[in-house]
Amino acid sequence: MSTATREIAGPAGGNRGGRFIIYGLLAIFALLYLLPLWVMVVTSFKTMSEIQDGNMLSLPSAPTVTPWLRAWSGGCDALNNCISGVAAHFWASVYMVVPAVAISTILGALNGYVLTKWRFRGHKLVFALMLFACFIPFQSVLLPMATLLGKFNMAASYLQSTIGTSLGIGSSTLKLVVVHVIYGLGFTTLFFRNYYEAFPNELIKAAMVDGAGFFQIFRRILLPNSVPIIVVTVIFQFTNIWNDFLFASTYAPGDSSPITMAVNNIVNTSGGTVEYNVNMAAAMIAGLPTLLVYILAGRYFVRGLMAGAVKG
Amino acid sequence: MALTTTAPTVQTRAGFREKLQDALPKIVLAPSFALIVVFVYGFILWTIFLSFTNSKDFPSTKLVGWTSYLKLWNWTFESSPPSNWYTSITNMAIYGVLYVGICMALGLLLAILLDQKIRAEGFLRTIYLYPMALSMIVTGVAWKWFLDPSLGLEQTLHRIGWTSFHFGWLKDPNFVIYTVVIAGVWQTSGFVMAMFLAGLRGIDSEMLKAAQIDGASGFRIYWRIVIPILRPVFLSAFIVLTHMAIKSYDLVVALTSGGPGGSAWLPSLFMNDYSFKRSQMDVGSASAVIMLMAITAIIVPYLYSELREKAR
Repeated sequence: MSTATREIAGPAGGNRGGRFIIYGLLAIFALLYLLPLWVMVVTSFKTMSEIQDGNMLSLPSAPTVTPWLRAWSGGCDALNNCISGVAAHFWASVYMVVPAVAISTILGALNGYVLTKWRFRGHKLVFALMLFACFIPFQSVLLPMATLLGKFNMAASYLQSTIGTSLGIGSSTLKLVVVHVIYGLGFTTLFFRNYYEAFPNELIKAAMVDGAGFFQIFRRILLPNSVPIIVVTVIFQFTNIWNDFLFASTYAPGDSSPITMAVNNIVNTSGGTVEYNVNMAAAMIAGLPTLLVYILAGRYFVRGLMAGAVKG
Repeated sequence: MALTTTAPTVQTRAGFREKLQDALPKIVLAPSFALIVVFVYGFILWTIFLSFTNSKDFPSTKLVGWTSYLKLWNWTFESSPPSNWYTSITNMAIYGVLYVGICMALGLLLAILLDQKIRAEGFLRTIYLYPMALSMIVTGVAWKWFLDPSLGLEQTLHRIGWTSFHFGWLKDPNFVIYTVVIAGVWQTSGFVMAMFLAGLRGIDSEMLKAAQIDGASGFRIYWRIVIPILRPVFLSAFIVLTHMAIKSYDLVVALTSGGPGGSAWLPSLFMNDYSFKRSQMDVGSASAVIMLMAITAIIVPYLYSELREKAR
């Protein structure tokens, strides 16, 4: 179908001049979209004196990885400007994102399975309520959640004093995992529900006649056929949670805050001379994981975006 | 438990095992549903409750009626000097209109250009869409540097020879919100392009061929046939973008840190500042409720029609 559509040439499609204009426009836009990334990358490999000298677009004359090292592990420079690096925060993000993605994806798969293959009265209402949860502004739950997570701290210190260990209950990583699982459930359920909706019921009926139970059907029949939607969901959740800033900045101040927050701190609180090269390196470190996923699995990334826009 | 036709029950003696097997789907769904009910809807009610109390530093249960909303209402008209709320909602209007409008125009233009039998289409698509994979924090940091009045684009153009060039929007209270529009459009317009491109690829090529044979020009084909067919995509894109605009937070923080004197605030920044920094939790939660109402007004009719359409 898509190839057939393209037999129709567009407004200027017929003649050579028209094609030239189209390609020219597309190329100009491509350059505009790439420009900020280009500037970021070259800046992160320049020395500060070269940056102050002026041309932000030029390649570094003497490329240096010092800004990257400094952004990663921190330390003090010759002028005794000291910063703490983003390394610890990078790992904090990893520890947060892995369980949060895994749990929300598994729950979403089970929910989608129930909501399509084991329908009960009111299944539509349940789904509608979960779907709307995807779109709420998080400001409307931010304060109560802050109160609740405050209770986590109390529980942690109580455990600490009674059994000698807090079991990590007060850690910001645990708090953020809880928050991201809860507020990611709507999307993961939506993805799996729409995918399983199209899955033929005949196969499931046949398995039931053979005596397969609820979990057996899920494990043997649906899961092996779910690889694409699992990839889509994992990428969508990974990108969302890795890139989150609102929850991170509200619930996880301090040493174990995720990387987005660390980058914002480095960029927006540094007094004295602003180290643009270190800033750019830190931002690149925060952006690389999701960018890498996008480059390696762009197709699935786009599918997730589209499904997240409900039209699926 | 009544299963619908999608999963026919195999009638057997209703022993304990069978009963459990029957209830299993609900048991599996229950935890997720409970999480959503409590932490989304329960917390929303809690926030609404807080907005009617006199909560300051800590949540209070003393009800004081519409006081916080009256404050916001009065601030709505306090334009000189502007109240923080006045700044936030006027910025919201400017940002919302420009961000949604430009993203849709640019997205449609790119999609139409890409739909003209372009050779490197996949490659170009990847370029237009990659900003969507980045965190708003990374985007904000990149553009903060790019638009920096002293060292960024300005100095680069000075060096090239355009010495009269001046671009100080980032530090100008009257213009700082437009820098957020620029960065926001850069981040999201590729996504809108992908939505329109998917819509274009779904159009029946026979119809377009017929129009071409009838002698309609390329431009007329787009204006009279293609764009009207794309109406549902326009609606989806509009809803998704509007809802993203209302939720915008990270980008403003990373790019402007709120702007000079809070001149770049959006309601989301207002909510955070009043709730967590100014000890006016009552006003903060009232502003959160208003944000929620704005999103509900857009999303609920949309989801309702989407779900009905799917059920049809």
